[in-house]
Amino acid sequence: MPNDNNRRVSNLKELSFNWIDSRLKIKALIDYMSSKIVPRHNHSSFYYLGGVTLFLFLVQVCTGILLLMYYRPGAESAYESVKFIVTEVSFGWLIRSLHSWSANLMVLFAFLHMFTVFFTHAYRKPRELTWYTGIGILGLSLAFGFSGYLLPWNELSFFATRVGTGMAGAVPIIGKQLMIIMRGGEEVTGATIGRFFGLHVAILPALFVGLLSLHLIFIQRQGMSEPLEWADKKPEEKKYIKFFPNFLYRDALVWLIMLNILALLAVIFPDGIGVIHWPLGEKADPFAPPPAVIRPEWYFMFAFQALKMLPAHVWFIEGELFGMAVFGLGGMIWLLIPALDRKAAKSKRSKLVVAFGAVVVLFMLAMTIIGYLVE
Amino acid sequence: MKTILSILALALLYIPVLGQGNSDNCLNCHLDWEDDDGPAHKITRDVHFQKGLGCADCHGGNTSADDMDDVRESRDYIGIPDFLKVPDFCAHCHSDAAYMHEHNPSLPVDQLAKYKTSIHGQRLFGRKDKKVANCVSCHSVHEVGGGRMPHSSTHPVNLPQTCGKCHADTEYMAEYGISTSQLDEFTNSIHGQALLERNDLGAPACNDCHGNHGAAPPGVNSLAAVCGLCHAIEAELFNRSPHAEAFRENDIPMCEICHSNHFIIKPSDSMIGSEEPAICTDCHSADDGTIGFMTADSLRVSIDNLVRFHGKAQQTLDEAIAKGMMTTDEEFLMKEVDQSLIQTRMHIHAFNIDSVEPKAKLGIAKADSVRVMSAELIDEYYFRRQGLAVATLIITFLAIMLYRKIRKIEK
Repeated sequence: MPNDNNRRVSNLKELSFNWIDSRLKIKALIDYMSSKIVPRHNHSSFYYLGGVTLFLFLVQVCTGILLLMYYRPGAESAYESVKFIVTEVSFGWLIRSLHSWSANLMVLFAFLHMFTVFFTHAYRKPRELTWYTGIGILGLSLAFGFSGYLLPWNELSFFATRVGTGMAGAVPIIGKQLMIIMRGGEEVTGATIGRFFGLHVAILPALFVGLLSLHLIFIQRQGMSEPLEWADKKPEEKKYIKFFPNFLYRDALVWLIMLNILALLAVIFPDGIGVIHWPLGEKADPFAPPPAVIRPEWYFMFAFQALKMLPAHVWFIEGELFGMAVFGLGGMIWLLIPALDRKAAKSKRSKLVVAFGAVVVLFMLAMTIIGYLVE
Repeated sequence: MKTILSILALALLYIPVLGQGNSDNCLNCHLDWEDDDGPAHKITRDVHFQKGLGCADCHGGNTSADDMDDVRESRDYIGIPDFLKVPDFCAHCHSDAAYMHEHNPSLPVDQLAKYKTSIHGQRLFGRKDKKVANCVSCHSVHEVGGGRMPHSSTHPVNLPQTCGKCHADTEYMAEYGISTSQLDEFTNSIHGQALLERNDLGAPACNDCHGNHGAAPPGVNSLAAVCGLCHAIEAELFNRSPHAEAFRENDIPMCEICHSNHFIIKPSDSMIGSEEPAICTDCHSADDGTIGFMTADSLRVSIDNLVRFHGKAQQTLDEAIAKGMMTTDEEFLMKEVDQSLIQTRMHIHAFNIDSVEPKAKLGIAKADSVRVMSAELIDEYYFRRQGLAVATLIITFLAIMLYRKIRKIEK
């Protein structure tokens, strides 16, 4: 009898599969995925960082849609609606907490993903376009963080946004206009919430999905990058695992572990912890004195602190402007590293590029630590 | 050419310095003769000097004379004014409304008139008593400052010491037969601590109760009015209470009988009631045949009930806060409970249970709401923890199953 049952279930599975396959040709897709392989080596775990970032983005989308059902943009309604979400809506506190935690973790994993790609030189030919789209995705993630920070319209977000948008005003010639466009006027007002809200829920997601799709297509077409050291190895010395189902199952396992961590963080620390926190606090009051400590989100701290430490003038250039120019130049070098690193294209490690990467990482870490210690 | 230009530049630099020379010969000589504590040094901190008055404006004499004898020989020379004549001397300017309007329009011009009504003034003018305070005793001679100047002897923070110079001196005050413990008592009182330790200028100094130029101890009947200047609601409630008339008829000092005068300590609920250490029992007892004893007991019960509910609400709210729950609504309502407690305690001054009971009941109802709302938040906290435990178990189970599947296919 059990054998009969198993046979029936098996037939049912086959029938269902055939029904779908005759319409969508999924067998071809499975065959394609089954033929794909993923290198297996000491640093294989780095391959999961991008997947975790993707998972956290999906959590962002799901929780963001749920928040959107109750959130009301506007100076008179934003704070009240967020308060309503966390106090009155069933599991509203959990959705907001998950949204905030996944946002912070997504930026963290995007940074980790980028640095591992950088230090393993995985951006080298033929993956330059994957690197460019990846940098674009990180930039959009930061823009998501910046625009989302203002939406609860509380005291801290208001003043942090005023400082953040004020920095744009330091850009020569177009700075003032840029700041006015960002704020929707001379000051941070209800008009700014409208703009940031539109950016956060429509413009950025559209751009993000576009870039993310390209990024994923590139990865699927090119496969995972092999370590530089493998260039000199014989084929029989290289180890691989199948993309489907092995790598996909492992990816799913990492996602489950991440989901567990996310749930723990969201329930135990609904308002965040330490420097990563988002208490609702008091409603923004443009006429109130600014709080003693105005901090940007942790991932902007290195830039914020570096600009703060610069003198009023460097040579004849205004300090803040000089800092932004240096950041712009550094960012441009970072973006164009696949084109600049000629050795990597020949499967050789460039000490100069590694040193540059190390300086950038140490600078970001040092400025972030100083930023929190000084305050 | 360069040398000439240099000399011209130096000369231009020195012109402002040369122009700063003092034309007042009184100061020129006295600054040389006197030590740092002398009048010529102090006068720079004096409000009169700062307004442009010089030595000769009070002491007379010729300020351009080089020799002291020449100064003394001038016709308008006054020298040191007679102590008994100081009030009239100061009033020469300070009672002149037109003159004072030019220098300080906000300053009253009735100081001398008020001083004459004060105990100090009456003794000075009536008995020629040179030990009582006149203008310079309180305002100093050469460092006169307005009450708002921190260095001034009449600034509220300095005033208790200024009055205490005489009033805390047992030997000096012996012949007047009044207590000299006021400064000590005031310093340790709730008013003194606020003023002298926390620099709270809203707290009263000596002059706020006794007056300044017309200084006099408040009488039995005016006591409630004096305290009522700040404690207006308490005074209003007291004046409508059964105590007001009884105290007036029996010459009982109104606020002072319960709160003392200079040594006023922070009131507590233990002051009310029918048992020791309640001060109600000083006058009321179980067998005095009035309702006072029963009222004291009821008032205490009302207050105690509210305090108990307030404590429970605060404790539950604190627990909800400690658990990280969002308690903005509860904290807001708790502030209303605090307010109810303050109002109930304030209404004790009506000494009428019908005035106190409604306030206490309103506070109790609000406190109970805070307790219930906070308790719900604490329940919600545990519900979240249980939910998390279930979710974690399910996800962990799925992860283990997936891990086993991976192991199986990779074998």
